[in-house]
Amino acid sequence: MATTKPTRKPAATPIKTTEVQSNGNGSVKSDRIGVLKTYKIFINGQFPRTESGRYYSLKLKDGSAVNMCLSSRKDIRNSVVAARNAQEKWAEKTAYNRSQILYRIGEMLETRSAQFIAELVSLGSSAAAAKTEVETAVDRLIYYAGWCDKYNQIFSSVNPVSSSHFNFSSTEPVGVVGMIAPESSALLGLISIIAPAIASGNTVIVLASESKALAAVTLSEVIHSSDVPAGVVNILTGKRSELAAQFSTHMDINAVYVNTNDAALKKQTETDAALNVKRARVEGEQNWLDESTQSPYRIMDYLEVKTTWHPIGI
Amino acid sequence: MSKKSVKASKEASSAALDFTSAFVYDPAPESSSHAEIKPQYELFINGKWVKPSSNKYFNTISPSTEKVLSKIAEANEADVDLAVKAARNAYEKVWKNMPGKERAKYIYRIARLIQERAREFAVIESMDGGKPIRESRDVDVPLAAAHFFYYAGWADKLEYAFPGKNPTSLGVAGQIIPWNFPLLMAAWKIAPALATGNTVVLKPAETTSLTALKLAELFQDAGLPPGVVNIVTGAGATGAAIVNHPDIDKIAFTGSTDVGKIIQKAIAGTGKKATLELGGKAANIIFEDAPLDQAVEGIVNGIFFNQGHVCCAGSRLFVQEGVADVVIRKLKDRMESLQVGDPMDKNTDVGAINSSEQLKKINEYLKIGVNEGAEMYQSSCKIPSKGFFCKPTLFLHTSQSHRVVQEEIFGPVLAVQTFRTVDEVIEKANNTPFGLSAGVWTDKGSKIFSLTTKMKAGVVWANTYNKFDPASPFGGYKESGFGREGGLHGLLPYLQLN
Repeated sequence: MATTKPTRKPAATPIKTTEVQSNGNGSVKSDRIGVLKTYKIFINGQFPRTESGRYYSLKLKDGSAVNMCLSSRKDIRNSVVAARNAQEKWAEKTAYNRSQILYRIGEMLETRSAQFIAELVSLGSSAAAAKTEVETAVDRLIYYAGWCDKYNQIFSSVNPVSSSHFNFSSTEPVGVVGMIAPESSALLGLISIIAPAIASGNTVIVLASESKALAAVTLSEVIHSSDVPAGVVNILTGKRSELAAQFSTHMDINAVYVNTNDAALKKQTETDAALNVKRARVEGEQNWLDESTQSPYRIMDYLEVKTTWHPIGI
Repeated sequence: MSKKSVKASKEASSAALDFTSAFVYDPAPESSSHAEIKPQYELFINGKWVKPSSNKYFNTISPSTEKVLSKIAEANEADVDLAVKAARNAYEKVWKNMPGKERAKYIYRIARLIQERAREFAVIESMDGGKPIRESRDVDVPLAAAHFFYYAGWADKLEYAFPGKNPTSLGVAGQIIPWNFPLLMAAWKIAPALATGNTVVLKPAETTSLTALKLAELFQDAGLPPGVVNIVTGAGATGAAIVNHPDIDKIAFTGSTDVGKIIQKAIAGTGKKATLELGGKAANIIFEDAPLDQAVEGIVNGIFFNQGHVCCAGSRLFVQEGVADVVIRKLKDRMESLQVGDPMDKNTDVGAINSSEQLKKINEYLKIGVNEGAEMYQSSCKIPSKGFFCKPTLFLHTSQSHRVVQEEIFGPVLAVQTFRTVDEVIEKANNTPFGLSAGVWTDKGSKIFSLTTKMKAGVVWANTYNKFDPASPFGGYKESGFGREGGLHGLLPYLQLN
């Protein structure tokens, strides 16, 4: 460990990844004082600190700690405004364009694999597991990138009605989706829930894993540099216990996803969802490495079916 | 009903058609002699007629005559429990494992029997619910039969509906339906449930139980195994007993958004799946380049069809300024020619309001509209002294904040606004918590698809309105509910995709 102890409190030691990152090939001993990174949240394509000015300390494997934003309800409300403003334009992009943007996130993630692997290791993964997780995350993005311009052909229909009408059902994004990410997965779980939601033109506000938030912040940087329009993905760090209800009760969120094994949180989420007839999807912990957790039906979870009638005549 | 004459209103302009001298409709009553209504109906549980454990009955009346038609059993929790047990038993022992092609044949039989007894069903539907016989005969009953016929064919083809998945049934479905399309809603609920291999406990609305009970008779005739469909009658408490029953796997509800929210809360955390088909306040948008006469027919069909007791009714009219005067004039003229009265008369266009309670609610909204400063216009028709009737009504000069614009009235009441630009009308049309349906009238094809894609609504009619078909998925965005009924998409809410 380089002698890079910060002088300010409560900042903490930088993680070893800064060394890996600096030359991409192992650590280099140096007397240079490192530059510490401020971990911020991601709202509307920008990296503000939480408006609350609060933080929590995230302990890393090597015993050091970093400060993460302890986001507030106001941060969520700001994110919803950003997500709502971005949603229509995102949905209006061509499916081909959205497909390329998801692919671009995959490209960016691939090129920063080393940083993510190092971060996952610092969050407790073994080197081998971290490598597999990052590779699977990239592959998952490519998987959903490919679906952007295909799922609607699978889920739509032309309906043979008994009158002189051309009648078809096509899918549209549900709108703004609030998501509480899997607690146990730093990167892959996050990608696995965000990608199918934005593939169809939804915008999302995601609360990252509290104990593994590091990779979520870095993922924000990847998304920021991948032509994803501002507001399409908003990522917050903080405590579920404080923020879960804000996701399920917010009247301008159309659908809510919560990853939890906690029956009480499931019940509370589904109860709150009734306030504005939100679509609520609560599922337990998953093995995100398993390919069964990727599916066009996960895209369907955030779709509405619209049926259009048009007369046939002269 | 005595002879009705249609008079041109004094307010209508000189362009109004003169019916005064020419058109006098003679009564053309449909005979009710063919319809058999028993003096009392029990609960239909496990293929048999069972007395309610409370021994309580309530009257069902004809809303057009206020005469009692029959007494209906009131199911309590114990009765619902019995019905759920019967449904569970039938599911485990018979229905779940029956090959799809065999299930299909029962459902086809039901469709055929409805067609055979169409007239009886139509007559009872109009007597019990107040809707015009012409509509029961030409819309409700044929569509109900078609719905069973459509879904019957899916029973052995489910693996083709969801690529890459192996769909299986859920178990027992609890279904609660409204009073506006009693038989048709029963068909919308029961047909897909049976096709997908589920069994059913269904509760019709308390004011319109009769056709669901007649449908039970027909299940017996079809030889449907006991317990596959159970019909329990009653009001809200009976519905709550279904929603809260621990052995029900799925709730399908059509009704108000308020009750829908109560149900969504009640089943939170239970793992029950739900389909909610809730309220609406649909925008019907008329552009300057629309075929105006056709559009006026569409406006009338949109809001006065079934007395406006339609969740997808086009209850908010948006007319582009340049044609507003002519459209309103034509609309008023057309309203003058609507025949309002006896539902059993084959000439009737607008029948009876379903219940005194609903009429009271509509009348309250009429007061609210006037008090808020909107201009009320009603057709000059005479309404019968007996029964529950409401004149076709317009509110002119309304704005987005008016309650008659914001809230679902569920009656023959249309709130009219004007607009100038496309962006403006999209903004106004979507500015509602509801999102069930919308209508767009213009001659320009590209404009139609621009509008239909921007409407936040599950069903959009272009140059038509209030069309339904078993092959056509139906259901809402936002607070109009979730899940779809009809078509391929209507299978999904009754299946587990493995």
